[in-house]
Amino acid sequence: MAKQHVVVVGGGLAGLSAAMKLAEAGIHVYLISMVPVKRSHSVCAQGGINSVNEYTRQQGDNEWLHFDDTVYGGDFLQNQPPVKEMCDWAPRVIDLLDRLGVPFNRTPEGKRDQRRFGGTMFKRTAFAGATTGQQLIYALDEQVRRWEAEGLVDKYEYWEFLAPIIDENGNCRGVVAQDMFSMDIRSFAADAVVLATGGCGLIYGRSTMSMICTGGAAGRAFRAGVKYANAEFIQVHPTAIPGTDKLRLMSESARGEGGRVWVPTKPQDERDPRSIPPHERYYFLEERYPKYGNLVPRDIATREIFDVCANNGLSVEKERMCVYLDVTELPEDTLKKLEGILEIYEKFQGADPRVVPMKIFPAVHYSMGGLWVDYARNDDTGGVVLASPRNQHSNVPGLFVIGEADYQYHGANRLGANSLLSCIFAGLIVGPSIEAWLKALPDGSAADRPVSLFDGACARQRGRLEKLIAQPGTENPYKLHHELGEVMTRNVTVVRNNKDLRATLDKIGELEERYKNVALSDRGNWTNQNLSFARALEDMVLLARVITQCALKRDECRGAHYKPEFQIQSPDADEPAKLRAQARTWCEAFARQIDRWLKTTIAEFNADGPLISYEDVDVGLIPPRPRTYGLKGAEIIEEVWREMSAQRQSRRAPQSAAAGVAGGSLE
Amino acid sequence: MSRKIKINILRQERPLAASNWESFDVPYEHGMNVTTVLQRIAADPVTSGRSPTTPVAYDACCLEEVCGACSMVINGRVRQACSALVDALLEENLGAIELRPMTKFPVIRDLLVDRRSMFASLKRVKAWINIDGYHDLGPGPRISPTEQEQAYPLSKCMTCGCCVEACPQFNDRSAFIGPAAVSQAILFNAHPTGREDRDARLEILSGPGGIADCGNSQNCVKVCPKDIPLTDSIAKAGRDTTLYKVRKWFGR
Repeated sequence: MAKQHVVVVGGGLAGLSAAMKLAEAGIHVYLISMVPVKRSHSVCAQGGINSVNEYTRQQGDNEWLHFDDTVYGGDFLQNQPPVKEMCDWAPRVIDLLDRLGVPFNRTPEGKRDQRRFGGTMFKRTAFAGATTGQQLIYALDEQVRRWEAEGLVDKYEYWEFLAPIIDENGNCRGVVAQDMFSMDIRSFAADAVVLATGGCGLIYGRSTMSMICTGGAAGRAFRAGVKYANAEFIQVHPTAIPGTDKLRLMSESARGEGGRVWVPTKPQDERDPRSIPPHERYYFLEERYPKYGNLVPRDIATREIFDVCANNGLSVEKERMCVYLDVTELPEDTLKKLEGILEIYEKFQGADPRVVPMKIFPAVHYSMGGLWVDYARNDDTGGVVLASPRNQHSNVPGLFVIGEADYQYHGANRLGANSLLSCIFAGLIVGPSIEAWLKALPDGSAADRPVSLFDGACARQRGRLEKLIAQPGTENPYKLHHELGEVMTRNVTVVRNNKDLRATLDKIGELEERYKNVALSDRGNWTNQNLSFARALEDMVLLARVITQCALKRDECRGAHYKPEFQIQSPDADEPAKLRAQARTWCEAFARQIDRWLKTTIAEFNADGPLISYEDVDVGLIPPRPRTYGLKGAEIIEEVWREMSAQRQSRRAPQSAAAGVAGGSLE
Repeated sequence: MSRKIKINILRQERPLAASNWESFDVPYEHGMNVTTVLQRIAADPVTSGRSPTTPVAYDACCLEEVCGACSMVINGRVRQACSALVDALLEENLGAIELRPMTKFPVIRDLLVDRRSMFASLKRVKAWINIDGYHDLGPGPRISPTEQEQAYPLSKCMTCGCCVEACPQFNDRSAFIGPAAVSQAILFNAHPTGREDRDARLEILSGPGGIADCGNSQNCVKVCPKDIPLTDSIAKAGRDTTLYKVRKWFGR
């Protein structure tokens, strides 16, 4: 049999994990990346990677609680088996990274140190200074270099993925990619393709993401028939540093180590923040969420910061919205653990955060949604069947997706330090899944396909390129991109309403039309970055339409998707009986919402606009419950919900033993 | 009328082509850095002489000085473009900001050079930890906080190439492997598992293009954007290769 090849597109944490695992199994990998792989966006991740560990176990933690925190944080939108599997494996994933030489911070006895992150009460997060993502990706980059030296991985750096190659039976047989220097276009035949191409922050103009995070690869896969799931769920990180070119992330670890968010009680108080006394400071996260305080999950922190500025008028500055993130009261050895991120603030803002509070504001940060992938449920463990070819497999046979590019692990909102985990976990499990896939290809090998399949795919991409180069026109792609970013940031981030979402779709329609008239300022055939950007813009506009349309259709509040016009009214009565009655009404509305909306949004490409449908979510292990995070006044809701659930259980009890009770709606 | 800043860029259309200067007048924005300047030029590629031109090609990715992509020579000094703030640069030289590509690597186009030789050097010094396999074998070795505090600074190397650009010994007449690769070898030699390959790494460092080629100019440590103690690594490499050669000579 001819040698089998796998193409991995994207060299971040997910892509490198997959490449090294495949190489170890003796499978040859073509690794395609727009940048030298250690420069992938994973390098920006700061705060840490989560797992249960010996320290937290002694406080009563276990993998089930990590799993529960993750699905509760995700507002129960995740299919639960893959999440359970990920949390079960997390300690072993971090052990592996430890063995690979990641310089995790250490305790006096030489064990891995831990810090606390958002959405949990346990110190689950292992970290390497404040540049954990960088250190993790460097360890994986080193491993892949070793395999490269042994001939099992061929790297194609400064190459751009253009399209999957799909044959007449709908099987993926490889990819078309372009050398970004010479502009040569060629095909890579493969029996499995893994897309590990990251998120799509550049659709929003400025975000915490890197220049390569256009979502272009996902858009191209979507165009070719790969389903896109939960597009509307975009995480806006609460604390980023405003900037002209990028909104630089200020890690959650600053709060994990004790940093506090506040605004002066006097609007736009002009005093030096250090001279404002404590009773004139509004520590709004601590006051509104006594239990989780500054470490409420990101969607909640973001909405609160937004609310304090936009609705309460308490922004620190008049010209632009921002709040204080204050680490000035932390002891020196704690500040040392945050050195990397404090340096970023100092370098780019010119102020020393050890001495004066930082000014921050929310920024687009992560896509929970992504290309749809399957999994094989393990009925014995509740997790997944490892080495099943269904894991991480998209709806196109032979095309797998991992990392931020997939939709699998974070539901409606991602917990901090869970992404480094999910990316590496998905990369590690896709290896054995692909091994199984390669052993039992349903329709023969890519090597048996006619050359015309590959030549045709390349010819189509060359045609698209030539058309774009020759196109006369008046539209500037950078200007169009700027307009796209503005409207998306204004209408499709923190606070959404249907009127503005419809207006956004109109604007996107206008940009789609104007794109037909886009003109390049560089029509050359050598290292043409102008062309690459203009081409990616078409994919960004397409994904923007998918995101906005899915957001328009989802009429509820769930995780990061917040539509106040559909928010269930919180109980606020003083009188106990009235409060209880309000809580009951709330819980009934919540139950109806689960019935109607606890589903995965599925988008499929269509020339007249994305087709949107919904898929049930497997919440069989942990039934959905109200997501309150210790918000004041939430106790009554939780109490009433527990009572209603118990009533439901006892009504169902005679059948429950046989049927196997699943969580979900009230009858 | 918004203030404009003058940017002079040494451009080159393709490898081995002649280079030429182009000037641009870019509207000033508060907090601007050099990558922003290049983004503005890409959006409106017109020279100071009002001639339309092509966007300037450059390498950039993270924009926050953790990826090492945007190395270039700015006002005569090699550094990352994303952390080169225009306000500070204008204080150095009120007239203009000058951008050139690095000189120690082949120019692909304009400010974009090919640094893949640095990754080849990392292969030569086996810059990785050889572990038994990726299956579950429990945690890694105990590592003291002191050891971590020594490893972490070396581990921040982004392979940006600034050290190599500044190093007088790294040029087309010499086989010197460069400071970054030396420091990486020392990093992996210090790790409990990585130590197993110490002799192989020291063999490379004691051979042609190895540590003996270092001229001790100490330029590298001055330009490293991550303040990596490169000269400490180089000094250690000098000691370790000497001891290695002595051991080898005695047949141990």
